[in-house]
Amino acid sequence: MTSVTQPAATPEVISATGGAAAPEVRSRRFLSRAPKEAEAQDRGIISSMDWRRPGVRAAMRPIHVILLIILIIVGIGPLLWLAKSAITPTQDTLREPMALFPNGVDWTALSRAWSDPQVGIGTQFLNTLWVAVGSWGVQLLVATTGGYALAVLRPKYAKIVNGLVLGTLFVPAVVLLVPLYLIVLHPPVIGAPIINTFWAVWLPAGANAFNILLMTRFFNNLPREVFEAAKTDGAGPFRLFWSIVLPMSRPILGVVSVFAIINAWKDYLWPSLVLANPAVQPLSVRLPLIQPQIELDVFLAALAISTLIPIVLFLIFQGAFLRSAGLGGAVKG
Amino acid sequence: MATSTAPPTVRLRPRRTPGTWFRGGGLSNLLFMLPLLFIFGIFSWTPIVQAIVMSVQHTNFLAPPSFVGWANFNQVFHDPEFFVAVKNTGYFAVLALVFGYPIPLVAAVLMSEVKRAKGLYSALAYLPVVIPPVVAVLLWLTFYDASPHGAFNTVLSWVGIPPQPWIQSAATAMPSLVLEATWAAAGGTIIIYLAALTSVAPELYDAAEVDGAGIWKKIWHVTLPQLRGVLLVTLILQIIGTSQVFLEPYLFTKGGPADATITVLLLIYRYAFGSPTGGNYGTATALSILLALFLAVLSFVYFRITKAWSDS
Repeated sequence: MTSVTQPAATPEVISATGGAAAPEVRSRRFLSRAPKEAEAQDRGIISSMDWRRPGVRAAMRPIHVILLIILIIVGIGPLLWLAKSAITPTQDTLREPMALFPNGVDWTALSRAWSDPQVGIGTQFLNTLWVAVGSWGVQLLVATTGGYALAVLRPKYAKIVNGLVLGTLFVPAVVLLVPLYLIVLHPPVIGAPIINTFWAVWLPAGANAFNILLMTRFFNNLPREVFEAAKTDGAGPFRLFWSIVLPMSRPILGVVSVFAIINAWKDYLWPSLVLANPAVQPLSVRLPLIQPQIELDVFLAALAISTLIPIVLFLIFQGAFLRSAGLGGAVKG
Repeated sequence: MATSTAPPTVRLRPRRTPGTWFRGGGLSNLLFMLPLLFIFGIFSWTPIVQAIVMSVQHTNFLAPPSFVGWANFNQVFHDPEFFVAVKNTGYFAVLALVFGYPIPLVAAVLMSEVKRAKGLYSALAYLPVVIPPVVAVLLWLTFYDASPHGAFNTVLSWVGIPPQPWIQSAATAMPSLVLEATWAAAGGTIIIYLAALTSVAPELYDAAEVDGAGIWKKIWHVTLPQLRGVLLVTLILQIIGTSQVFLEPYLFTKGGPADATITVLLLIYRYAFGSPTGGNYGTATALSILLALFLAVLSFVYFRITKAWSDS
């Protein structure tokens, strides 16, 4: 995770995605004018000469203030409301939802939301962490070894495998929904059903063609002379993978990690099908189920707890999140 | 003719034996390929093939699957709900374009001209994207409380607008869903546009100014043409995303009221998992394949565009 916070990582990461995403085209242009950047840094649509015109200044200042107010209301308003309502007695929230100061503060909602034996989400919170960590591990394992085999080792059948992997990019996830559910009930090779185990989410998460695409593009752009030199020095394929290729790939590993963890935290439909047992349910599956049988203040406290980690991660790794979002265009499909 | 002259050149190549395969790194190649082959084989390639097979089969767990030809597709086309679902999904997509397409662009253009605390602006805009989607929907479910004391209705009462039924009336349910979806997604699009805006070559603006262009002319003749490609990609991605909308209709309204928000994905879900007596898996996969064909056309266009870009 930490590697992606290094600003130096960006251009490599973005150029590694190749033509799959719009940012690549932009970044190439961005790179080519990098030396001139210092002088052109503040240049936007409005020139410094425009700024000197009183009309422009008089118009832009209020526009920016209004924009900031709108962004605060839209971006942070719902979160503040959620934080306030999580510690407000239910009756207050129902009667005056928009009151700024609650009549009383009720901290018990938070502890009930966490540990209530019927509706508490403590277990599901830990489950969510497990789902995220496991999906991350499987995705990283498949993407790094597969990308290495396809882009660096390049056996004869690599082209066919690569084509079969990239072909799945065109198949929307909904097509897999039913057959994948049946596979999880009766998996081939594995034998025992993996439904209601974390493996039912972890393993299918690994079959992510976009990760393979990112990895192979990145590995293809690594200098092959380094590999040749390592081979002449007697490094075998395992040594080359572990000591040369992986350390050189930290930026792309960071991007894949961010995507893997965010997606695992967000996913709803698939976990709701295969993790039906409360003991393995993640938060996203649990929250809609407890909503009808729980008091409003405890429910909102549960929502607040569920939001905490993503928000904290975002505030810490802001740069990495926003940079991945620039690439995000290519994953949504 | 060619076959009679070919043999001598063929024999010059070393014979491939298990030994040469091993010494050439064949085993370690295969070992590195193994996790990918295993995971994609079981969880991607097999289910894709199965989806195609199942769409022409009748499958339940009581009897062995039987071949039924186009019957599943026929069933989809004879289901009146199918046309309602397609219409609703189209309505959702159009509304999402009307709400969600121009707002991020305008916001990004304005934000790109901010001089101080630019990071604050983009962080605020991106915050809704960080909230887990299920939490966001459930939070808005509380906001959409249709009583006069609901959060949104309270705000409306400040400006003298009577309480709205939000997701409880067939007429306002879909726009309410789209409003939440737009709020949840706009931040991501804004960040994509902001990245595109910083890469518009400043020389173009300089040149436009030499020609005497004002701010509006610069936006119209430089900024927008430079963003053309990104705008097209976000358009296609948005249509691909909205044709698969599931979370909002499922958690907000379960497709109601009166089927006003049932979407294609919700219908697939109902076919497969909606009945306690056993899933209609064949029909569900048939409909999912129809949706996939529609999306494949869109993604084909998308790949052609992005490829044309990276080649140029």
